[in-house]
Amino acid sequence: MSAGEELLVVEDLRKHFPVTRGIVFQKEIASVKAVDGVSFSLHEGETLGIVGESGCGKSTLVRCVLKLLEPTSGTILYQGRDITKLSRKEMRPLRRNMMMVFQDPYASLNARKRVGFIIGEALELHDIGTPAERKRRVQELLEVVGLNPEHYNRFPHEFSGGQRQRIGVARALAVNPKLIFCDEPVSALDVSVQAQILNLLKDLQREFGLTYVFIAHDLNVVRHISDRVMVMYLGKAVEVASRDELYVHPKHPYTGALLSAVPLPNPEAGRARKHVVLEGDVPNPINPPSACNFHPRCPRFHEGHCDVETPPLAPIADEHLVACHYPLERWPMNIGDRTPQAVESAT
Amino acid sequence: MSSQPLLEVRDLRTEFHTDDGIVGAVDGVSFTVQSGQVLGIVGESGSGKSVTCLTVMGLNDPKFARSTGEVLFRGEDLLKAPRSRLRDIRGNEIAMIFQDPMTSLNPVHKVGRQLQEAVLLHKDVTRKQARDRALELLKAVGIPRAERRIDDYPHQFSGGMRQRVMIAMALVNDPDLIIADEPTTALDVTTQAQILALIKRVQDDFGSAVIMITHDLGVVAETADDVIVMYAGRIAERAPVRAVFNEPRHPYTWGLMGSLPRLDVIVDRLYQIPGQPPSLLRPPSGCRFHPRCAYAMPVCREVEPQLEIAAGDPAHQQACHLDEQTKAREAANLVATLAGAPT
Amino acid sequence: MIRYLIRRLLWAVVLFIAVTFVTYVIFFLVPANPAQAAAGQSATPQKIREVEEFLGLDKPFYVQYGKFLWRLVTEGSMGQSFQTRQSVNGEIFRAAPITASLVFGAFVMILSLAIPLGIFSALRPRSLLDRAAMIYVLIGISLPSFWIGLILSYIVGFKLGWTPISGYCEVFSVPEAASCGGLFDWAYHMILPCLTLAIVVAGSYVRFVRAEVMETLSQDYVRTARAKGAPEHTVIRTHVLRNAMLPVVTMVGMDIGLLLGGAIFIEAVFGLNGLGGTAIESIGRFDLPTLQGVVIFGAIAIILFSLLVDILYAWIDPRIRLT
Repeated sequence: MSAGEELLVVEDLRKHFPVTRGIVFQKEIASVKAVDGVSFSLHEGETLGIVGESGCGKSTLVRCVLKLLEPTSGTILYQGRDITKLSRKEMRPLRRNMMMVFQDPYASLNARKRVGFIIGEALELHDIGTPAERKRRVQELLEVVGLNPEHYNRFPHEFSGGQRQRIGVARALAVNPKLIFCDEPVSALDVSVQAQILNLLKDLQREFGLTYVFIAHDLNVVRHISDRVMVMYLGKAVEVASRDELYVHPKHPYTGALLSAVPLPNPEAGRARKHVVLEGDVPNPINPPSACNFHPRCPRFHEGHCDVETPPLAPIADEHLVACHYPLERWPMNIGDRTPQAVESAT
Repeated sequence: MSSQPLLEVRDLRTEFHTDDGIVGAVDGVSFTVQSGQVLGIVGESGSGKSVTCLTVMGLNDPKFARSTGEVLFRGEDLLKAPRSRLRDIRGNEIAMIFQDPMTSLNPVHKVGRQLQEAVLLHKDVTRKQARDRALELLKAVGIPRAERRIDDYPHQFSGGMRQRVMIAMALVNDPDLIIADEPTTALDVTTQAQILALIKRVQDDFGSAVIMITHDLGVVAETADDVIVMYAGRIAERAPVRAVFNEPRHPYTWGLMGSLPRLDVIVDRLYQIPGQPPSLLRPPSGCRFHPRCAYAMPVCREVEPQLEIAAGDPAHQQACHLDEQTKAREAANLVATLAGAPT
Repeated sequence: MIRYLIRRLLWAVVLFIAVTFVTYVIFFLVPANPAQAAAGQSATPQKIREVEEFLGLDKPFYVQYGKFLWRLVTEGSMGQSFQTRQSVNGEIFRAAPITASLVFGAFVMILSLAIPLGIFSALRPRSLLDRAAMIYVLIGISLPSFWIGLILSYIVGFKLGWTPISGYCEVFSVPEAASCGGLFDWAYHMILPCLTLAIVVAGSYVRFVRAEVMETLSQDYVRTARAKGAPEHTVIRTHVLRNAMLPVVTMVGMDIGLLLGGAIFIEAVFGLNGLGGTAIESIGRFDLPTLQGVVIFGAIAIILFSLLVDILYAWIDPRIRLT
């Protein structure tokens, strides 16, 4: 995999949702820091996987980058051009290049529209080709995603979940975008169908030179499809690395916990593993813990440091960034790697 | 090893009579669960795994569902038992945990009250005693500050905590069998690890048997003693857990295992099972997997394969017409592929 | 919670001003002369002008509206009828209990009928009972209220003589000249009107309750209750009802508020001189203050009841209470 030019650069993106109180005049008393200072760059032709659990802000992040939500602060550079403050009108021509595939194959297609319309709508909105040319393009796309072009006039409910997701992919491809954001595209699908969609996405990437941002909570899926991976926790990026690096030499304790929590379909290895089982729940994003927001659950917590000084996302090795004062030295973790303070605070 | 299994299901069939026709959701399923054992039932949507267990509990809608066969719980056939007997057993000797903790608890009643109800329905105790028992269980499942949280409402708990409450509710009367229907599917992976660890601990401490229904082969590998793989209402393969993963003998099982993206194995292209799970209104004839099977032969379309012993191990059975040699060879290939592309 | 209430009350005030303002505006746009109506058929133009001046109708629009608001806020009075020179407050407070008896009485009947019927229909869909209930609903919604009222008063009141045909009896402070009075007479006279209103409105409630109960029955927590071994009647009582009734509460509050504004047809058929009848009369006579009085009462009723409903909802549903 070769890294092409820098297609997308996001710097210190923040999205805060205000929480207001007041009788007549709403006063902001707090804010939900859904995305709290995330930076990354994306090169042409690669797949960036964003992984994290619910509430980590990955979906919000993507919607901000696509300007479906207005970012609170930060910069988004697309092909070197600052698009952060562009108005909706100014964004329109750019949207041709940034398309999205959604999670729920049942909700993301308009049930009252025919499939041909759904796929071709973007072509029409961007005024591409004549109606006849558009129809031909849609049929071409149906074939590309493995569906029958003659089903052009059918409605979404006549298709299965996996087929609907293919329609979603066809829709994203219609205008020949450079960049496709996939928001959990296989989470709602059966395992046997999931493989079909993942293979399809990979094939399309090779054929059309696409760049993907792939969001998922399933670490297995992310590993399969990504070149680089970013791990998010409570609105911040805690680790960014190439796929192999992250999964073999994770440096952030949270990444370690995530990896050890994934059940392995291998009875001997799975049961032999020592799980790093995290205590407690993900904290409330309105009131995140001080400094490093993972510190209350971290097995390598050092009191006085981790709860006082926020660790910056900094390079620890070649192309490997981590936001931690005490990154993991080895993986899998040993009991001795846990700090006494962490053990204490967990009991 | 006790002689009588805790639960023995024989040739269970459940049909749903709908406006569009008869849906044969479960079509001849048999299995046993021994005391203290964990049985994993793996399958995708439409496999009939949930309906099987709902039938065991008698929770299907009587207006639409018809079941035949035998469900012997300690020798007593639950399918023929009167409804009052089933109500005695439910929540008492057999308890069930459902998939979505967000919607499985009544939003307008306090959590403590819902737990109390579970006790009072089956035990002749005072309200105070029921409440004490509820508190005991909340602590046992790891709810912090249980004395205060017992009077909270479900929406004040996170997803993981709610699932713990559900587990507490299932345990409150010391059931002999717990049926867990995809208990962690709706949860984050770290929460899932917590809940699976909890279920394991519960099983060790209380000695209950567990039926774990899931679509996740990883969950099954780490928790089950025996595994049943279901497809379109029938059992495709049944074996102890190590046998299923080391010597799988059914093309569907191969497909499932091969199509999983995994942490420990990197492939460029996943093996994909073509097509999608069939409609159970008009299921395929013969072997229900044949339209998607890479090894299908003419006989597969005509004759339904019966469960037969595989790999010389009586505990390992599969329902497929392929000859023993091909199966052994393909299984070995698959396992080698999955083991031979290390991280 | 308090904050929420205060905000609702402030909005109520804004609403109130808007409603009275619009009523005033409409009145002024109508091409009619209230002074003429007040003065009488045979009045001379000069007399009419005198009446105009007397009633303050010669002043500009905003002056009249301003005076009205001022008098309302400082004295709590809604003025005097153009026709009768009686205080509007008095007129409203006389008529309101009549309409209130009708509406509340009807709702007692509605809820006692619709809720059980809705629940049974939901529990046994497509049974004979369910189909009969749905047919009844269709009839109830389609037939005009006054037609039902006329039929009922003819058959039950006239032919069978079981109830009186029309008229209203005071419960307290029965006037000397009244032909009936006291609690029993009042109830006796209200049976038919309440029943008519109930028949008309209950239909939609039966459907609504049925839909809500069916929806609730399919919820996961009902399945959990059954899995715990709860008998069906416990499932319905403890788990289904409270959840299913939430939207019903909302609807009842809104409907009561609306109907208190005047169930015009039924009042007309049964000779009840409640708010509906009063409103019609005052429109005919171009009696702005009385009309304004009815509008204000109606607006207050609706605002109050929707506030009450919101509070009740929050009390029943802990998810709203605690956020």
